[in-house]
Parts: sequence; C-alpha cells; structure tokens
Amino acid sequence: MTSQLFFQYLFAGITYGSIYAIVAIGFNIIYNTTGIINFAQGEFVMLGGMIAISLHAILPLPLAIGLAVIITMIIGALIEIIFIRWLKNPSVLRMIIITIGLSILIREAALHIWGEGVRSLPYFNGNEISTIRIMATNISPQVLWVIGVCSVIVVLLSLFFKFTSLGQEMRACAANRLAATLCGINSKNMVTFSFMLSAGIGALAGCVVSPITYTQYDGGTALAIKGFTVAVLGGLGNSMAAVIAGLLLGIIESFSVSVVPLAFQDAISIALLLTILFVRPHGLFGSREAAGLKEF
Amino acid sequence: MKARRYFPIFILLLVLAGVQQLTQMTGTAYYLTQMTMTAYYCLLIIGLCLVMGYAGQISLGHAGFFAIGGYTSAVLTTYDLGPLHAKGSGFINFLSTCGLLVSRENLYGETLLSVNPWLACVVAIVLTVVIAFLIGIPVLKLKGHYLAMATLGFGIIIFRVVLATEIFGEADGISDVPGFRLLPGVIVSGDFSNRVQNYYIACILLVIGFLLLQNLIDSRVGRALRAIHGSEEAANAMGVDTARYKLYTFVLSAVLASIAGIFLTHYNGGIGPSEAGIMKSVRYVAIVAIGGMANLWGALVMAAVLNFLSLRGMFGSYDDAVFGAILIIIMLFAPHGLLRLQVWHFFKKSSTDI
Amino acid sequence: MTLLDIKNVNKHFGGLQAVSQVSFNVRQGMIKSVIGPNGAGKTTLFNLISGNLPLTSGQIFFDGSPIHGLQPYQIARRGISRTFQNIKLFPGMTALENIMVGRHTRSRAGFFGGMFHSPASRKEENAIREKSFELLHLLEISQYADVEASSLSFGQQRAVEFARALASEPTLLLLDEPAAGLNIYETAEIARLIMKIKSQGITVLLVEHDMSLVMDISDEIVVLSFGQKIAEDIPSAIQQNREVIQIYLGDGDA
Repeated sequence: MTSQLFFQYLFAGITYGSIYAIVAIGFNIIYNTTGIINFAQGEFVMLGGMIAISLHAILPLPLAIGLAVIITMIIGALIEIIFIRWLKNPSVLRMIIITIGLSILIREAALHIWGEGVRSLPYFNGNEISTIRIMATNISPQVLWVIGVCSVIVVLLSLFFKFTSLGQEMRACAANRLAATLCGINSKNMVTFSFMLSAGIGALAGCVVSPITYTQYDGGTALAIKGFTVAVLGGLGNSMAAVIAGLLLGIIESFSVSVVPLAFQDAISIALLLTILFVRPHGLFGSREAAGLKEF
Repeated sequence: MKARRYFPIFILLLVLAGVQQLTQMTGTAYYLTQMTMTAYYCLLIIGLCLVMGYAGQISLGHAGFFAIGGYTSAVLTTYDLGPLHAKGSGFINFLSTCGLLVSRENLYGETLLSVNPWLACVVAIVLTVVIAFLIGIPVLKLKGHYLAMATLGFGIIIFRVVLATEIFGEADGISDVPGFRLLPGVIVSGDFSNRVQNYYIACILLVIGFLLLQNLIDSRVGRALRAIHGSEEAANAMGVDTARYKLYTFVLSAVLASIAGIFLTHYNGGIGPSEAGIMKSVRYVAIVAIGGMANLWGALVMAAVLNFLSLRGMFGSYDDAVFGAILIIIMLFAPHGLLRLQVWHFFKKSSTDI
Repeated sequence: MTLLDIKNVNKHFGGLQAVSQVSFNVRQGMIKSVIGPNGAGKTTLFNLISGNLPLTSGQIFFDGSPIHGLQPYQIARRGISRTFQNIKLFPGMTALENIMVGRHTRSRAGFFGGMFHSPASRKEENAIREKSFELLHLLEISQYADVEASSLSFGQQRAVEFARALASEPTLLLLDEPAAGLNIYETAEIARLIMKIKSQGITVLLVEHDMSLVMDISDEIVVLSFGQKIAEDIPSAIQQNREVIQIYLGDGDA
C-alpha cells in the first residue's frame, strides 16, 4: 500500500469515525440519564442534514445549519415529552420497541417530506474537487471541518458537564436519580434536556458531514447501529471511550476496503458489534461489575 | 375433553375453508393469492410469538431466517448443475443416480439440471438449524438492549450478504424458482390453475404449525418457558436448564420462519433481498406485540389481518410507517396487546381438564 | 450421615467480604437454622449453596459429591430445592401452574413429546397435576389453584412457593426466611409444616430472624456475624452463648 493510499484510508477512517463517535456520545448522554437506548439516535443526524438542506434554499449556510440544529433539538425534546415522559417504569423491552417505532416514523416522515433522493449541503469552502495537501496526500477541506467540529463538540461537552451547573445536574441525575431529585433537581427536565442535547450534537454532525456522505432519508438506521457499536465498544455510558472507539471503528472499516469487497463494508461493523457483545459486552473500557449494575 | 381442546382449531379450519368458498361465490378468487402469502407469514409470526411472548426473548432479525430458508431453496433449485455434470463431477453423478436432481426448462427455453426441491428444502432447513444454533448460543446469553441489537445485527448481516452476493442475485434476488411437488398432484407454485390447491396447502401447513405450538405451550416445556419468562432465576432454581430451553425455542422458531420462506419462495416463484430487511423483522415484532406477546391466537389473528391488508396495498406508501406507528401506539397504551380479552379464556383449559 | 458439607467457603464482592471461611455441615434428617444480624451473610450463603452465586473459594459437598461451581438447575436436579427471601413466584401463571413447574425435575417430556402430545407425555402431565394438587391440599390452599399467582395475598404466596419447592421431592430444602412477614399464628403454622416435612425424611436448612421459630424447631443452629461463623450448637447452648448475645444485643454492661 502506498503511503498516499494509507493516509487516504486513514483520513477517511477518522472522518467517519468522528461521526460515529458523536452518535455514540448521543447514545451515552441519553443512556446515562435514563437507562434508555434511543434507537432513533441516527435519525437526528439525518434530520439535521435534511432540514439544513431545505433551509439553505432560503438562508445563508451558517444560519441554515444553526437553525436546523435548533429545530432538531426541539424535535428531540418533543419526542421525549410526547412519547416518553409520562411512562411509569417502562420495561426495557417496551422502551426498545417504542424507540424503534419512533425511528421508523421519523424515517417515513422524512421519506414523504423529502423523497427518496440523495441530497447534500454544499461544501463549506470550495467544492468537491478542492483539496488540501496534508501528509503527502490530498484531502478535502470538508474533512478538516468534520474533524474540527466533532473535536469542538467533544471539548465543549466535557467542559459543559464538568463546569456548568446544568451539566453537573445532569451528571447527578445520571448517577442517582432519586438523590438528585431530593436535592431539588428537576429530573424530568434533565431527561428532556438530555434528548435535546443528543439531538443537537447529532444534527450538527449530520450537517458537517453531509457534503461528503450525502444525506438520504434512510441514512439514520445504519448510523444508529454503528453508533451503538461504538458506544458498546467503548463501554456503554463512557463518552471519552466512545471517541476512541469511534475512531477505531472508522479506521477499521476504512482499511477493510482493501481486503473485503465494498459491498460487505457494513457487515464489518456488525460483525464487530456481534463479536464485542459475545466476548466482552462491557466494552474495552468498561468494567464487568459496572455493566452488571446497570438495569437491564 | 379432547373435543374441547381441539375445538378452536376445528373452527379455524372451517373459517379458512369458508373464506375460500366465499371468494369463489363472490368472484373474488384473486384474494386467494394474498391470503396464501399471508398464511405463510402467519407461520413465521406464531413461531416468533413463541420466542418473544413465551420465552421472553426479543428477536429483531427473524426475517433473516425466512431469507435463509427462501434463498437456500431458491439457489439450489435454480442453479444449473449441468456444466458440472457434463464435466463428470462424481458428487453430481451420485446425486443424479439417487434421483435427487431434476431436469427442467426455464423461462428462456434452456434446459437446466438443478436440485430436487425436496432435497433443497431439507438442506435449507438443516442450514437454518445450524445457523440458529451458532447464533443462538452466544446471543441468548445477552439481555435487554444487547439482545435486541445482536438479533438486529444478525438480520442485517443476512440482508447485506444476499444483497452483495452474485449467487443470490444481488438487488434483483432470484426468480424463476420452480414449483415444489409435495406429493403427486400437490404442487406449491404460483400457477393460477393451482390457486385453490395452494391456498389449502398454506392453510394446512399453518394449522399444523399452530397445533404443534399450542401443544407445546400447554405442555411441560411450555410451562418451563413461561417460568423462564416470569423469573429466570426461580426457573433455574426449579431445575429448568434455562439456556438450553431458550436456545431450542429460538431454533424452533427459526425453523418455522425458514419453512415459511421456503414455501413462499416456491409459491411466488422467487425471492428478493427485501424479505431479509430490517423493516420486515420490525413488522413481525410489531404484529406479535399487538397480538399480545404471549397470545398465540392473538398473534395469528393480527398477523392474518395486518399482513393481508398490507399485501392488498391498503396502506399504500405508508406501509412501513403504519407498522412503526402500530408499534409505538401499542407499546405506549396497551403493552400487553389488544387481544388479552376474556373471550379467549373460554378456550383456555381450566385446571380440571385433562 | 452428612448430607451437606460446607468447607471454608469464602465470598467477596470487590472489597466486601460477605462470607468468610464458613464451615459447617448438615446431617440427614435434621433441621438446621442459620441466624445472625442483618448483613451477616446468611442469604449470600444460601445463594452460594444453591448455585446462584459463584464461590470465591472453598468447597461445598452434597451427598458426598462437590456441587460448588454447578449451575442452579444442576444443583436442583441433585435434590436441593429452595425458596426465596422476596418471593419469586412466576407472575402470569396460576398457583397450580407454579407448583407444576416445581415438578420439572421429576418429569421428562421434552419438545417433541410436548408438540406431538404423545401418550407418554399426557400420562406424565396427569401425574404432575395430581401431585401438584396434593401439595396444594397439604398447604391448605387448594381453593386458589386457578388464581393467578400475583393476585394472592402474601401469606398465600408464601404457601405456594413452599409447595413449589416441595414439588420436586427434594432431599434438602433451603428455606430463606420462611416466616418473614407472618404473624404469630401463621408462624406457628409454618413451624408445624416444617416439622411435618422433617417427618417425611426431608432435611431442612433455614435462614431466619424469628427466634421463636428457630429455637422451637431447630436441631442445631449456626450463628453468623459479618460473614463469619461465630457459633454452632444446639438451641439451648446458643441461647447461653455470650458472643451470640453480644452480637444481638451489643455490649450490655456499663
């Protein structure tokens, strides 16, 4: 393999891996606050891209993206309020089925609103043939946007959770909901907020990656599965580990193209998911006891 | 005592026959096609009901087993072994002398030598059993979200494999699958002349499957399964080998799904990758959920109604959305399903029955 | 002869030593009680014996053969049956059906027998049903045969769990706080029942807080405190034992 090809694969891997990591972090945020795995997580990414594309027809790009993110956050909040908030002690099975149903509805709605076609946002600077030369290889500037935006999201999130009072309240809620409530934290709102936050970061990721991967009504499902794989790989609930795991999956997938026919690429991430679930369900960085303690 | 037990099945047979007569009389015999297909899907769904409702294990990849059955029999009965035979392959000659190969003409008038549908059927079922065991052993150790994702992942792998492999016809699937001669004069195929016969073949297969499952549920094994669903720890303490029971149930339901796939493929004359898709698996789960998880009759009725309507195109382009909406509504408002009504208690055995 | 032999059993969870070097044995036909303050490790010990928890170290022998490391269902098949501290009946099943599950180890019909409703499995089902009715009768709850388990009252649920544990005709019965939540009269009933079981040759090991029950029916008592065995003797001796009194009542002097 030439060094140029190597770096092509590497950057592709890091690009996709960053998106997977963001989706995984979205899973983790909701999971930490509620114990629910939100199967509709991937749809937020798709919605962010789709809404931004539609808005871009009448608004300049930065505004379109910003507004798309906000709208998606509102959708996330609405989902929680309408479908989840009022359930009392739902069983795991019930929640799984509900979020799957939601994912389908969102997808079908997207199909009917935007059609089957593939769309994309324009490249943030330049176009699809502009390149920047890095490490003796040519990559699109959009790649730097993706990596940059995702890194900023991760940094901002860790600052948020560590230093802002809202972030700390969410962490309190995640650690022990009852105790948090007793301290005067409104747990119900924390849950809504966690949905909003996950939706927001997903939407932003969807916008920034749209020029490279295009956006399509059914793109959410594959992302959700890969995002879940990454979340499990890193250890469910552990967002820092999700970053590492995301990059890992992205890179493995990217390099696998050199050994396995392209059509099987998706099967790689699933095979990895199954392997992890069978061999080490608490992930690379999780502990067996911690995994056992989370309610299943 | 015996009559009371089998009474509902008898009624079911009457209803099925009656429906057929009705279509005859009202000139709506074309409904039979969708009804036959519906019957096969029902077979898959009652098997899934056993796994989800009674053993309490969610399976989001059951369409995968349907596809394994359908695609295996499709490939084996359409792949031309002629060239290999001409080259003098010993194995092919052996099969030929056993009468396991069939020579026929395809759509283009060419002669091909392919596997006898009976052999294809057996191979497909055996393959399903093997895969179900291999997948089931690790997967069934998982719980909750992990189990759901693992089964979903399995379904997607099957989908990806058939979509990407040339021998499975990639996006076009496999067509020109010949009829399946069960007995002299009884053929599973889509020929119009055989329409009524095929309707009854499907119905009888469904009723047999239903009967076997109903018996199983009422037996010691069924009780053990319900115990596992109720409290796995207590079931273990009572001597139930929970891992093994869950596995066997999973394999049994996989076989039912596979048989549905095999027969439907011969009936339709072909199969496509969409049969293995996630949306199909989700649909099956939705139907079991509405029927009431641990309610075999409920699953049957709901499967019949919803599949028929869907096949008739009632839901139009909103087909998938309908099932998604059903899932949500049922899980939000009626998590035990719609058909947990007192009516069914009449048919349930009371403890003084034999 | 020794039926259950517990040798140097240890169990720790991370940093917590729940059971520490506990050894004792149970002779066939006796009623032995395990007592101790809350957190002493009694239920953990039970879970170790029944296979619900793996041992950290040590050995457990039943009827001469090692059972440590076996799965709960394998241990159940060897003739050990148990009840649970927080009743674990099967919801969605009637009282009768719960007990019938208890007969699992004494029956054989499998998937094929079940599906095809073979004459052998039919005969077996009738036998299971009959025996289960007998047990309902023994515990005087026959009228609840068709009642769904979770709708029964607490005392009735306890009775059903008892019957279920007896259904497998165990050699050793492990009772986890059988008198919890029962009043004086009900406790006396339980005592009578356990004595009856003993007279049928079944060995009983029980964990209990209710001292009147324990002192009344036990042949021997083992006292645990903070995971360690601090005494093992006949009831009258235990009542006089200084250390035992101390752990229950604290340092009374001064």
